[in-house]
Amino acid sequence: MAGIVSYGGYIPRYRLNRMTVVQNMAWYFPVIMAVAQGEKAVANWDEDAISMAVAASQDCLIGQERADVDGVYLSSTTLPYDDRLNAGILSTALNLNEKGFAGIDFSSSLKSGTTAMIAALEAVQSGSKRNVLVAASDQRGTKMATMLEMFYGDGAAAVLIGQEGVIAEFTGAFSMSCDFVDHYRGSGKEFDYGWEERWVRDEGYGKIIPEAIRGFLAKSGMAIGDFDKVIYPCYFTGTHRAIAKSLGIDPSRVQDNLHALCGDTGTAHPLVMLAASLETAAPGDRILMASFGQGCDVLAFTVTPKIKELSPRQGIAGSLANRTEMISYQKFSKFRDLITADLGIRGEANPNTSLTVLWRNRRMIMGLVGAQCNRCGTPQYPPTSMCVNPECHATHDFSEYEFAGLKGEILMFTGDMLAASVDPPAVYGMVGFDGGGRILLDFTDCDLSQVQVGQKVKLSFRKRHYDEQRGFTGYFWKAVPVLGGGA
Amino acid sequence: MASGIRDKVAIIGMGCTRFGERWDAGADELMVEAFQEAIADAGIEKGRIEAAWLGTCFDEISVGKSALPASLSLRLPNISVTRVENFCASGTEAFRGAVYGVASGAYDIALAIGVEKLKDIGYGGLPEFSSAMGTLTALFFPNMTAPGGFAMLASGYAARYGFDMAEVKRAMAHVSVKSHANGSRNPKAHLRKPVTEDQVLNAPVIAHPLGLFDCCGVSDGSACAIVTTPEIAKSLGKKDYVTVKALQLSLSNGEEFQFNNWDRAHFVTASRASTAAYKEAGIRDPRSEISMMEVHDCFSITELVTMEDLHISERGQAPRDIMDGFYDIDGGGVPCQVDGGLKCFGHPIGASGLRMLYEMYLQLLGRAGERQLKDPKIGLTHNLGGFPMMNVCSVAIIGRHDV
Repeated sequence: MAGIVSYGGYIPRYRLNRMTVVQNMAWYFPVIMAVAQGEKAVANWDEDAISMAVAASQDCLIGQERADVDGVYLSSTTLPYDDRLNAGILSTALNLNEKGFAGIDFSSSLKSGTTAMIAALEAVQSGSKRNVLVAASDQRGTKMATMLEMFYGDGAAAVLIGQEGVIAEFTGAFSMSCDFVDHYRGSGKEFDYGWEERWVRDEGYGKIIPEAIRGFLAKSGMAIGDFDKVIYPCYFTGTHRAIAKSLGIDPSRVQDNLHALCGDTGTAHPLVMLAASLETAAPGDRILMASFGQGCDVLAFTVTPKIKELSPRQGIAGSLANRTEMISYQKFSKFRDLITADLGIRGEANPNTSLTVLWRNRRMIMGLVGAQCNRCGTPQYPPTSMCVNPECHATHDFSEYEFAGLKGEILMFTGDMLAASVDPPAVYGMVGFDGGGRILLDFTDCDLSQVQVGQKVKLSFRKRHYDEQRGFTGYFWKAVPVLGGGA
Repeated sequence: MASGIRDKVAIIGMGCTRFGERWDAGADELMVEAFQEAIADAGIEKGRIEAAWLGTCFDEISVGKSALPASLSLRLPNISVTRVENFCASGTEAFRGAVYGVASGAYDIALAIGVEKLKDIGYGGLPEFSSAMGTLTALFFPNMTAPGGFAMLASGYAARYGFDMAEVKRAMAHVSVKSHANGSRNPKAHLRKPVTEDQVLNAPVIAHPLGLFDCCGVSDGSACAIVTTPEIAKSLGKKDYVTVKALQLSLSNGEEFQFNNWDRAHFVTASRASTAAYKEAGIRDPRSEISMMEVHDCFSITELVTMEDLHISERGQAPRDIMDGFYDIDGGGVPCQVDGGLKCFGHPIGASGLRMLYEMYLQLLGRAGERQLKDPKIGLTHNLGGFPMMNVCSVAIIGRHDV
């Protein structure tokens, strides 16, 4: 039986209270006040669709054998590369196999996350794949003082599709595709261009999602009342309710659209909502999920007793609990590059990334793979030819050693006001890892005042730099001090 | 077994420019200024110089590659000139080249010159080094600057010895107050204003916990030495000449950076280089035998920790010695940074090692004016380039030829 083997979620730590947007921008466009409930998740300046997909995928792969993953499907409309396999960056960051492995980018529509899931389920059902990781992630830019700025949030989710250890059995799918253009983003454009909301609500979400769900029910012979949880995105809260009503869904069975908690995460959203629903699902629960974007995919699952055996993970609930408020609208605007601040001449440095160096060292850089000496057992980073242990110095006698999932402790640190940074001071330091090994790392998702020697950290794959001249996004791992939730 | 460099080479001439924001001068003018003083001091014709070494670090923002800039600027007579670069030890490396050239018997008279023109980049601090660190390192090193790199040491040191950061900050402030007081008496120093402890403690933060006055000046300048054998020095009529007692260099091998044993509160290299230098110079108790020091106080925390790695303060005791005034010019201990140090004399990287030797040389010859110490016999200089967890360290000891 094919289905979901595992799931993971990631919502960035920063939350922008919508009233903060209103307070700063309602003078320009007062209508935004109408949707100012709650808060939206905003990516840190060093996050993007790929880095968030890595975080959700790491969460999803907790307790899973990564050697068994033979496909990675990445869905997003905000991938950093038009021509370079973005799923390849994701799989290198996860240090997955390269041989016998297929990476695919699913893009260009907000329903591409569910489309990737269907493709993965079909590949697994057919036997051509064993385990496919499907990650969906979006980090969409919005203009200031727009409804989209109010609606859109950033986030990612991932599911592992396979035949063994299935926690939610796949019971069928139905798709419809149509060129309904509620919004579009032309190639090379930064922002979405949308049509009148009333039309999008009534003719788009309000008709296409119910039509697809009815299509699924007709095809499968099931009734809407058979489902314990029904998931579909729609950031118009009234329309979200109206869709349930038109289909006759008990409101208690409709999965919350998360508008007040993190906003609509685009391509990721159906999967984010699915992960949230699995977090509270019990064996036997039937789940119906739908997406929206030039059509609609509908998928049905039945939760199995295996869900009880899943290792603990952060998921969506854990991510939502790990929050801190983005108090400054100016800071948010700078993080999204909506305003121009001066990085100074020091910030102009822009060395080209050597692609040959990156290729030779891809596991080290993208996967944070170090080395463990076969002779003395010392874990070390970066991996080099000779063991660093002064009592050993064995040459070319190492095994790969993955640091990415490890926890560590801060040995020394600073907050640097001289370094050119989007979010000064640049906080960095030396981290010593449980089990040995040390790495000098940038720190992220923290304020200097929260950092001290001895504090625990975990690792996060982040954007390291963006080369504006050449369009190259560079990534590396950063240390995230383990802080409590709350502001 | 190697017998070491002790007393095999004499310094017969030195020169040093005024350090500072030398908007008036490029590397060419700076080198000529230092060289003219040194050659006049040595009292020899330029044609007697048989080989030269040029030390400069950030060639890409100033002189460019190769040793040609020195050969061209000084119109050297088509002799061997070698450019050396080893971070902040570059100046001492140039000196080492010249000294070893003479000691080997290959040359009778050799020149070492260091120069750095830093103030042509348009912004404060050292030049951004992402393009100078190598293509692989550039892909994973943190967004680090020099003050940030050394600021980390303060957090490590405080944690290692259980100090409250306020105590460490106060000792660091004393380091800077002392250097400003010394620098104010030096006409060639970049920064010549005395400062108070309160000013230091209340200055804007550059890299936590280092404030503005915990950081040395970024300066332009050049310094120069002419060396020969003791026999030739005597034949030139030099009576109170200065000889080289020890030259040691130690480089990290990745242990501090990657292995699990470094306590992140000391410089492995400085500890090793100073021990080797004392042995080479025949010094048994540096705390009583060293008359004075110029150490690499790029940041106040660097000087503080270095006092322990030079084995003059006990481990964990540098703050106490500093607060006791042991390193002050009149504290009855080992005066440190008599000329103002990097802190106030300034830090044109390639010139710094030679500038330190210049002050020791002036002091040993009794030519240090109002800074003159009473009867110094042995002077130590120390450079540290890179970062606390991965660096290049040089220690040089020079002294009167008769001690």
